[in-house]
Amino acid sequence: MTVILPAPRGSLGTGTGLLWLRDMLRIRRFEETCAQLYSETKIRGFLHLYIGEEAVAVGTMEALTPDDSVVATYREHGQALLRGIPMKVILAEFYGRAEGCCRGRGGSMHLFDRTRRFFGGNGIVAAGLPVAVGLALAERMQSGGPGRFGDPGHVGDNVVACYFGDGAVAEGEFHESVNLAALWRLPVVFFCENNQYAMGTALARSHSQTNLAIKAASYEVPAWQVDGMDVEAVASAAARAVEAVRNGAGPHFLELLTYRFRAHSMYDPDRYRDKGEIERWRARDPISILADRLREAGALDDAGMRGIEDDVAAEIAAAVAFAEAGQPESVADLTRFVTSEGGQP
Amino acid sequence: MTMVQALNAGLRAAMGADPAVMILGEDVGRLGGVFRVTDGLQAEFGEDRVLDTPLSESGIVGTAIGLAMRGYRPVCEIQFDGFVFPAFNQLVSQLAKLRYRSAGALSLPVTVRIPFGGGIGAVEHHSESPEAYFAHTAGLRVVACSNPQDAYVMVQQSIAGDDPVIFLEPKRRYWEKAPVDRAAAADPLHAARVARAGTDVTVVAYGPMVRTCLDAAAVAEGEGMSLAVIDLRTLSPLDLQPVLDSVRSTGRLVVVHEAPSNCSLSAEIAAQVTEEAFFSLAAPVLRVTGYDIPYPPSRFEAAYLPDLDRILDAVDRSRAY
Repeated sequence: MTVILPAPRGSLGTGTGLLWLRDMLRIRRFEETCAQLYSETKIRGFLHLYIGEEAVAVGTMEALTPDDSVVATYREHGQALLRGIPMKVILAEFYGRAEGCCRGRGGSMHLFDRTRRFFGGNGIVAAGLPVAVGLALAERMQSGGPGRFGDPGHVGDNVVACYFGDGAVAEGEFHESVNLAALWRLPVVFFCENNQYAMGTALARSHSQTNLAIKAASYEVPAWQVDGMDVEAVASAAARAVEAVRNGAGPHFLELLTYRFRAHSMYDPDRYRDKGEIERWRARDPISILADRLREAGALDDAGMRGIEDDVAAEIAAAVAFAEAGQPESVADLTRFVTSEGGQP
Repeated sequence: MTMVQALNAGLRAAMGADPAVMILGEDVGRLGGVFRVTDGLQAEFGEDRVLDTPLSESGIVGTAIGLAMRGYRPVCEIQFDGFVFPAFNQLVSQLAKLRYRSAGALSLPVTVRIPFGGGIGAVEHHSESPEAYFAHTAGLRVVACSNPQDAYVMVQQSIAGDDPVIFLEPKRRYWEKAPVDRAAAADPLHAARVARAGTDVTVVAYGPMVRTCLDAAAVAEGEGMSLAVIDLRTLSPLDLQPVLDSVRSTGRLVVVHEAPSNCSLSAEIAAQVTEEAFFSLAAPVLRVTGYDIPYPPSRFEAAYLPDLDRILDAVDRSRAY
């Protein structure tokens, strides 16, 4: 059965807390700038903002090493930044510039960085899950082959962090993937970012069982619900899950209860949520929760906050300048990279 | 050697040559595959490299994509043609496009083997010809073998290449025997071949229909007609040069496949040949195909599939034009 894991009391190391705060603010302010740039048509295509959900990416990715792999969704700007893809390269990608991490091919939904083992956002809900299974199977192959139906897994595997939303749990690919991962005891952590809406459809209108962790648990996968607005709770649960997976315990599932403060995409009129609900969630803004705790602990004051905001603003300004100065890929290059005959980047 | 044995030998050679080659699919391990194409491979190469999977076609292809991202060369077996559709998203939206989407950073050498076509007394989902869906999708390579020699060679070439390949195996030809020369010089994977030279009418086919067309050519010879038969072998990219060369000499073209005609390979071939060799054509390009209906119950199979009569009738119509 699933449990909600609370944040451990008094665990907040202030140094770590300030880094988390900074990371969440990087994501928040970057995306606010992106929204502005989108309305100025500097960024085209789609743009799905993570604002409100920052504690999920920050808390979970804290547990990963550079040798671990990440598979994310079309709402993956936060994970991409935290993985170390430079902000300017991400923004150049949004601008459709050749300087972007995919030469402008991928755009907001399809950021990739193979060297950082960041295997993409994905425009198709749940499509990344079986890919994560394959990445995890590759890890097991390299450390001695897949487990055999109940055998203990290999200790020390790199793990695959697989992000997806509550909407993905209604897809068949979720069930195929969790079954495969559990069957072969693969080193995957399934991070379900439950922001309560599959685009415009509320959880209870999508799922007969709204406790999504129970679905994963039915595959014999340890599954917990976590307060996704509390970065400490997220980090604590993620560390526990990732450590277990690394130690050969097989896949784990975290349902991170969160909320996006903005609409689904820049096109979404957001008619399906009432203002009271949005306000209730905004009152639990993950950045405010952490900042308040840091202030109470004496680790943060107004000047400290201003310093972080100034640093983030400077990074964003530099990223915008870089993207503005970038070059679009030439039309003639659009036929490249369809197959291996198109050459290497 | 039968085509099944040739494919088995080709897979064994590929696995022996490169430890990155893996096989995954339904019943491929202990059972050796529904058609026994992977017979004995799990015993030889281990359960880790020949994986029995649950009935999860999307999971099979998606898993192969993840493996390929980390340097493996997975070979997926889709048990029957109609079972490929649950994997359609992974094939068309992921496997085909990840290289392009990542601007070349991701290379996905995944081979997806699909026994396809009818003629074995089966039913829909077990007798279909889905090649046009995949040939329509940029980023996928699509090939079809027609004989044991090509099966042996082409499966190894597909696995060794750096792109995704939809590898179509004509299941009605699985048990037909022909010699396989493992040391013979191989044609390139993406090259059509003149299977029989001829001067009166050009007949183009691939996969299961190559044998049928060769049989038709033998009958036609008895009636004093010389048919050229071209085995396409590669459906994407198409290699129409041998077809154009032949049509420039015969002036007449008949295209044969089991798949329905609407938006099919034959439609593409007719369009391209018309564009490239319009003034060489003495008659319209004619097509002999399955009908534009779902694959029928097995007792109607003979009426649905192109046969000697329908092919020779098209040849006569072309000549009479």
